[in-house]
Amino acid sequence: MDEKNPAAHLDLRGVVCPINFVKTKLKLEEMDTGQVLEVIIDAGEPIANVPRSIKEEGHKIIKVDKVEGHFRLLIEKVG
Amino acid sequence: MKDIFQCSSILKDDSIRHAVGGANLGRSEEMEDKKSIEIKYDHNLEEQKRPKVEVELEKGKKEVFNLEQLKSGGYIRQRQKDLFTVRLRCPGGRVPLEKLKKIAEVAPKYSKKDYVHISVRQSIEIPYVHYQDFAKLSEDLAKAGQKVASCGPRVRVPTACSGCEYNPNGLVDVQKLCQEIDQKYFGIQCNHKFKISLSGCPIDCFRTNEMDLGFQGAVEPLWDEDACTGCRICGYACKEGALTNDPQTGKPTIDISKCLYCADCIRACPTSSWKEGRKGLVVRIGGRHGRHPVNGSLIAVFLPENKMGEVIEKVIEWYNDRGKGRGRVRIGDLLMEKWQDFVNFIKPVLGEYALANSERPKFNKIHSFQTGWMPENPAIEA
Repeated sequence: MDEKNPAAHLDLRGVVCPINFVKTKLKLEEMDTGQVLEVIIDAGEPIANVPRSIKEEGHKIIKVDKVEGHFRLLIEKVG
Repeated sequence: MKDIFQCSSILKDDSIRHAVGGANLGRSEEMEDKKSIEIKYDHNLEEQKRPKVEVELEKGKKEVFNLEQLKSGGYIRQRQKDLFTVRLRCPGGRVPLEKLKKIAEVAPKYSKKDYVHISVRQSIEIPYVHYQDFAKLSEDLAKAGQKVASCGPRVRVPTACSGCEYNPNGLVDVQKLCQEIDQKYFGIQCNHKFKISLSGCPIDCFRTNEMDLGFQGAVEPLWDEDACTGCRICGYACKEGALTNDPQTGKPTIDISKCLYCADCIRACPTSSWKEGRKGLVVRIGGRHGRHPVNGSLIAVFLPENKMGEVIEKVIEWYNDRGKGRGRVRIGDLLMEKWQDFVNFIKPVLGEYALANSERPKFNKIHSFQTGWMPENPAIEA
């Protein structure tokens, strides 16, 4: 697990629910357990829904930053 | 005739209940009470004095019945002469595939049509059935364990959403509770129809405020500061504006008066800083839909699931007692009239879960063009 150097990045600004979650899920499926994915999503609906869905899939959200109206999530792949 | 009319003790055994319908399943002598709620005579049958007719139910087998009795067995008269809609008992709208197959196999044998109808209360109905086929139809359905429902003045088949079993919003296993209600309380006679429904969460798809008695899942959020990283997700996840995140630290404060107990914050929190506190049922009573809908009253919050049965029993006890001699009256009407009496009666049952400032049910005016009907202040006890 490397917080400073995520293994993959997804910029999902402007991508609506639930497509943003689906893209996140597909990306995580390609990755190895323990690797970290950086995702940028919009405020509003996406930040209310995407973290919840990721959590329900069993992955771990290790960091959340607010950057100029967007959110940067660091997600550790579990399982 | 007398024995059909005065099926007055509690109708707990299915065969007995259907015997009231006069049509099928024989008249079992075993009137064994599973519960001991005392049920009085059926006001409606006595008051309305519907004409009784002698009909040939099967070839060479004549029996006397009336239409009201048929309704009590789940057979609903149609416009068409001698044809009825047969309502099946599908608690919570959950129909095991084996039963569904049997229904699909049996329906074309007895129905004059090539469809079934899904009732607004989740039950499958077989239309266009001749009354002479009732006995054979219910016998066939019984082979897969499928029972016929009930209409008229009694506890109806309970309805429910999928609950927490697989619905992501669900907080309580309302399907399980629904099956329990169906087993224990279905068919108990009351002054009027008595509808129970359950919703797994505050979205309340099953409109518990429009039921004679409704149960809705709820979870209290508790915050653990040590686990909180100040990420602000909870503030975005809350649809009620109950959570505010500090502009600097991001840590939340909750205005519990705005909280609906939906658990969105708990599900969204990445660090499990929001946790489940009390979990249980919001209880609503006295609602109905129809011509003049009534908004039911919220009387309890976080009622534990294992207290639900006791609440149902006490509510029915109050309803049947206060409804004595009142004929066809819904519990909502009695509640509007005798609210304080009800509150005093039910408070000890609800205990710590009782809502302190509950208000009597209120009409929800939907026909805004109509004047002169709505009792703005229904008659209230002295």
